[in-house]
Amino acid sequence: MSILLDENTRIVVQGFGRAGAFHAQQCKDYGAKIVGAVHPGKGGGEKDGTPIFNTMREAVDAVQPAASIVFVPAAGAADAIIEAADGGLELVVCITEGIPAQDLVKVSFALRGSRTRLIGPNCPGLISPGKSKLGIMPGYIHKQGNVGVVSRSGTLTYEAVGQLSVLGIGQSTCVGIGGDPIIGTNFIDVLDLFNEDPATHAVIMIGEIGGTAEEEAAAFIKERFSKPVAAFIAGRTAPPGRRMGHAGAIISGGKGTASEKVAALEDAGIAVAPTPADMGATLAGLL
Amino acid sequence: MKIHEYQAKGVLRRYNVPVPRGEVAFSPDEARRVAEKLGGRVVVKAQIHAGGRGKGGGVKLADNPEQAARLAEKIIGMTLVTHQTGPEGRLVKRVLVEETLPIDRELYLGIVLDRKLERPVLMASSEGGMDIEEVAAKTPELILKETIEPGIGLMPHQARRLAFGMGLEGEAVKGIVNAMLALAKAYEATDANLLEINPFVITTDERAVALDAKMDFDDNGLFRHPDLIELRDLDEEDPLETDASNFNLNYIKLDGNVGCMVNGAGLAMATMDIIQHAGGRPANFLDVGGGANAEQIKNGFRIILSDANVKAILINIFGGILRVDVLAAGVVAAARELDIQVPIVLRLEGTKVDEGKSILQDSGMNFTVAANMKEAAEKVVALAS
Repeated sequence: MSILLDENTRIVVQGFGRAGAFHAQQCKDYGAKIVGAVHPGKGGGEKDGTPIFNTMREAVDAVQPAASIVFVPAAGAADAIIEAADGGLELVVCITEGIPAQDLVKVSFALRGSRTRLIGPNCPGLISPGKSKLGIMPGYIHKQGNVGVVSRSGTLTYEAVGQLSVLGIGQSTCVGIGGDPIIGTNFIDVLDLFNEDPATHAVIMIGEIGGTAEEEAAAFIKERFSKPVAAFIAGRTAPPGRRMGHAGAIISGGKGTASEKVAALEDAGIAVAPTPADMGATLAGLL
Repeated sequence: MKIHEYQAKGVLRRYNVPVPRGEVAFSPDEARRVAEKLGGRVVVKAQIHAGGRGKGGGVKLADNPEQAARLAEKIIGMTLVTHQTGPEGRLVKRVLVEETLPIDRELYLGIVLDRKLERPVLMASSEGGMDIEEVAAKTPELILKETIEPGIGLMPHQARRLAFGMGLEGEAVKGIVNAMLALAKAYEATDANLLEINPFVITTDERAVALDAKMDFDDNGLFRHPDLIELRDLDEEDPLETDASNFNLNYIKLDGNVGCMVNGAGLAMATMDIIQHAGGRPANFLDVGGGANAEQIKNGFRIILSDANVKAILINIFGGILRVDVLAAGVVAAARELDIQVPIVLRLEGTKVDEGKSILQDSGMNFTVAANMKEAAEKVVALAS
């Protein structure tokens, strides 16, 4: 099993421009069931066998998607997410980086109480190795197995996955939750799903400076999570008050430092990798 | 994007937030003219993008226009050191000349994005004029909060709750409630990240006025605000960081001697961390993004090497969609063109990695290729020391 995504998940692509079409093809090649695309103004057409619709309503009526992946540029991305929620989709993965924070406040407001789960924005998406890929990660570095991966970062997640695969440790599902201050799905949401998934035997969680999501996850793990967890926190050397690439990666008012997060994780009995080169080995030590 | 206090007050004035009368001056002459226009006692305030200006000697009172000019002469051109500027301080190029007010009470008002609530939050405290982080640490009960819902905005009853909660009464309540509603509107309408008024004052004649103003805008929202982009002051930014941003590179200068170039923000931070773990100190953060091209790599090198402290460079790339052979060719071309003399250590992983490594070997240049991150960090630290 896996969480959120498998080979039967019906997916539409929102924003079928150059990047959207390229990554949709990569997902398809990996086994994803791409059933359509929404791109206002291109409706009625098709590309490489994928039918294109002007609106999400039309796509829902015609191809019954359960999930979408958003490549719409930042100015229109919040609208695309809310359109997907309006269409009743269960899962929306938003890859787009640079969405204004106040647009995400609106998204958070619009999605409250709805059936739609948002992953991201500003994330690599998710993959259930061997089954389906709903993201921009390189599929070939993954290996099907029993370790759940959840992370705020993109390439650092590839690094962790690469290390696990080299050690012969496969993954159940890898979820990039995104580097923005406001995101749809947080560590705890994903941990909750991994807890219920019989195919996930252990989890590696990759955090970074900024906010308190790692501390909250540590408290959740201490109280409610039954499987072994390894972790890594990026940004031990990051200066305070500076945004380190991700909009959410900032130590502000002395809060959100790596050392606070590492302490909270260790206090919860989580094995924290001392360097990013030890992520795979730290997880392997728990199995 | 941060702006100066006088600019923030200009923005707030447009949303009917009461602010003192005043104008910016770039010279003692201009300061004199503004003081003449205002009449009476004025305050001359250094304009830099950092707090703590008063303690650093950047805020002075003048009894008449002549004195205002003399103070402006002293302040303009001074290097102001505050707890927020670092020891190198910041050169003052402009001052705000403003009327003085008869202050009865100093309060704090601030609007920030609360990541946990996923909403902006208006914070108010009776303890204005002090470091609010200190108030939050020592007496958190003195900071009152109201959540601002999107679409609904701040409601008057929420503002009243804060006003009465701070112990205000009479005309002052009416004044500050209107000011809070206006501040909330300004925050939303400008895509602000942070809007802070410290102190917000109640005068002896019960007027409510924003005596200071700090605004920081969400960079992601700036495309909607061409008028605000014009307020950007490049003098307040690190020139290398500005240079990098022009090429879509995310660069932050640090004080070590190991330069690094990485794709992805998380991996870039982790690379800095492992350099330190190997006993070295990173000279910078540099994220070249997911689709780094030859032009970006060249500019990345150029910017890293503009820092004379850099003694060696570590390139750490986990190419997924980004092809490693394309990247390697870009590195070779840039190293040749820029005639790079410092040692370069590369750690490459991902699509077409073997082709990439042979491009480096065949170049005849002096690259060190490492098998993994740990080895790369150890090698680059050894080469830098």
